[in-house]
Amino acid sequence: MSDGKRRFLDNPRNVRWIIRALYGLCLLLVAAEFVVHRHIEHPFETLFGFHALYGLVACVILVLAARELRKLVMRREDHYDD
Amino acid sequence: MTSVAPFLVFFAGAAIVTLSPARWRSILLVATPVAGAINLWFLDPSTTLGAPVMGIDLVIHSSDRLSVLFAWLFHLAALIAVIYSLHMSDRLQQVAALAYAGCALGAVFAGDLVTLFLFWEGLALTSAALILARRRPGSLRATLRYLAVQVTSGLLLLAGIAMLRAGGESIGLAAMELDGWAAWLIFLALGIKCGFPLLHGWIIDAYPEATETGTVLMCAFTTKVAIYALARLFPGTGELIWIGAVMTMFPIFYAVIENDLRRVLAYSMINQLGFMVVGIGVGTELALNGAVSHAFNDVLFKGLLFMTMGAVLYRTGRMGGSELGGLYRTMPATTGLCIVGAASISAFPLFSGFVSKSMIMVAVAEEGHGWIWLVLLFASAGVFHHAGIKIPFFAFFAHDSGLRPKEAPRPMLVAMAVAASGCLVIGMWPDLLYRMLPYGVHYDAYTWSHVLTQCQLLFFSALAFTLLKLYRLYPPELPGVNIDADWCYRWLLPRLARHALRLAGDAAVPLRAASLALIAGATGVGRRWGGPSGILARDPVTGTASLAVLFVFALVLVLHLVHGL
Repeated sequence: MSDGKRRFLDNPRNVRWIIRALYGLCLLLVAAEFVVHRHIEHPFETLFGFHALYGLVACVILVLAARELRKLVMRREDHYDD
Repeated sequence: MTSVAPFLVFFAGAAIVTLSPARWRSILLVATPVAGAINLWFLDPSTTLGAPVMGIDLVIHSSDRLSVLFAWLFHLAALIAVIYSLHMSDRLQQVAALAYAGCALGAVFAGDLVTLFLFWEGLALTSAALILARRRPGSLRATLRYLAVQVTSGLLLLAGIAMLRAGGESIGLAAMELDGWAAWLIFLALGIKCGFPLLHGWIIDAYPEATETGTVLMCAFTTKVAIYALARLFPGTGELIWIGAVMTMFPIFYAVIENDLRRVLAYSMINQLGFMVVGIGVGTELALNGAVSHAFNDVLFKGLLFMTMGAVLYRTGRMGGSELGGLYRTMPATTGLCIVGAASISAFPLFSGFVSKSMIMVAVAEEGHGWIWLVLLFASAGVFHHAGIKIPFFAFFAHDSGLRPKEAPRPMLVAMAVAASGCLVIGMWPDLLYRMLPYGVHYDAYTWSHVLTQCQLLFFSALAFTLLKLYRLYPPELPGVNIDADWCYRWLLPRLARHALRLAGDAAVPLRAASLALIAGATGVGRRWGGPSGILARDPVTGTASLAVLFVFALVLVLHLVHGL
């Protein structure tokens, strides 16, 4: 720390708590499906926890595909400078 | 009380600011959009302003609900942007900002295609000044690249209009079918400014090159005028559904690996434009309302995000994710405002993106486009990933870069706070926006079902980010450029041109003569096609206008060649 002050997020314990809170929230949101009646707009939505699963899978695919994309398209910073 | 055409207020403001002494400038800058808003409030919607120009009866001004909605949006955006720019004393940018806003207003109140075209070109020229005003070594070249693309869009529009005239068809702003050359040319012209796939290069090229304020303005005006025009000219055009779906998808992959955070936002811009384009393509009342309201919200939340990144750039001089991080320590207010923008673009309930994007999603599902719906849902998760998490995370959190910049200047903070309030107010009281939409709204965004599914989607996206980060699968921020559509005109075309000139040089033709011959050739073709007796224009107005465009185009080309070779 160059200004010598420790902030809330500098403490790994606080960061761990934030991550745990996220896990808890995710669980709660799936559990809420037992209570909230979901309106179906698309046949896939009949699947339990569809949006949760789709969000998770989509983002994993997104990142893994983007890693491959980087191998293909990434150039040095001065690529366009002659 | 009588009002004047809204663009006149801004043009007058720009003229006065040009001549005014520095100490009056801040007041005049803020007064212009305020005076514009008062003028707009008293504007009689039935007023039209026509002017016979060289044999055509141009409709310089006419208004309906759609144009008035965009006009309010542009006044708000102009006000926010000028407040944001008050910390500096760059007259070029400030005058360009007002003139640019004026052109955007002129375009949305244009009553025919020729008037639209004139303001379309005005948008190109005034916004180019905002790239030039960065005054970096590469700024002139970036400006010329930007102008070349924008003027091409103008040329296509003009060619389309001339063909309509030649075919004896109306040049009014009525919805058209994609059934002929003229319609396709106009469609392409709009497509360039909307960022259709492969035509999108300028967005990711120019946005990171403009000044802090310039990017905020560009994000508000050029693409939104294009969306407005698309909604007016091509509603319900089926091709747009597919085009828009592609636009929502490919940028999110690039955004994940892009290092320049303003370029990440430029990709995110294409993604959001994709949602609007899909909405326009679906073309039902709900879909069009969704597209238009999403354009409105996008100006606020994307503007807010660009403003927060502009503040970071202003304070640190850096924009690469690999060089930033940990700024929340000394820029807490900017961090908070950035998070509001991030939550809004990600469409969290209670934030503005939620109340407009969900309209498009429902309309897509209602019309039975199941696959498109899945694509848009994927893209929605992706937006949260790259704009909602990546932007605030890599700028303000992540690893400690050791940078300890000061908090953003007060005018910047005020402007960001106004935009953030807009995001929250619309998110919580969507009726305020719905009331202004072109069609009656019978839609409730806040059903339990909607809120739950959206929260599931977003929190599990956040979970994916967290897990990928924890397991070190997330690609690190690395300095570099990624090859995209702009490669064609930044790398390939210059090399082809250089090669051709080298061959010409072997034959002892001086380089200058070669480029001039090229221009002369282009002008010759232009005169034959677009000149007063050419097939593109059989009436004097389009003839003169097309020559004017060709002149600008030629000028850009010459400057580009002379400067680039």
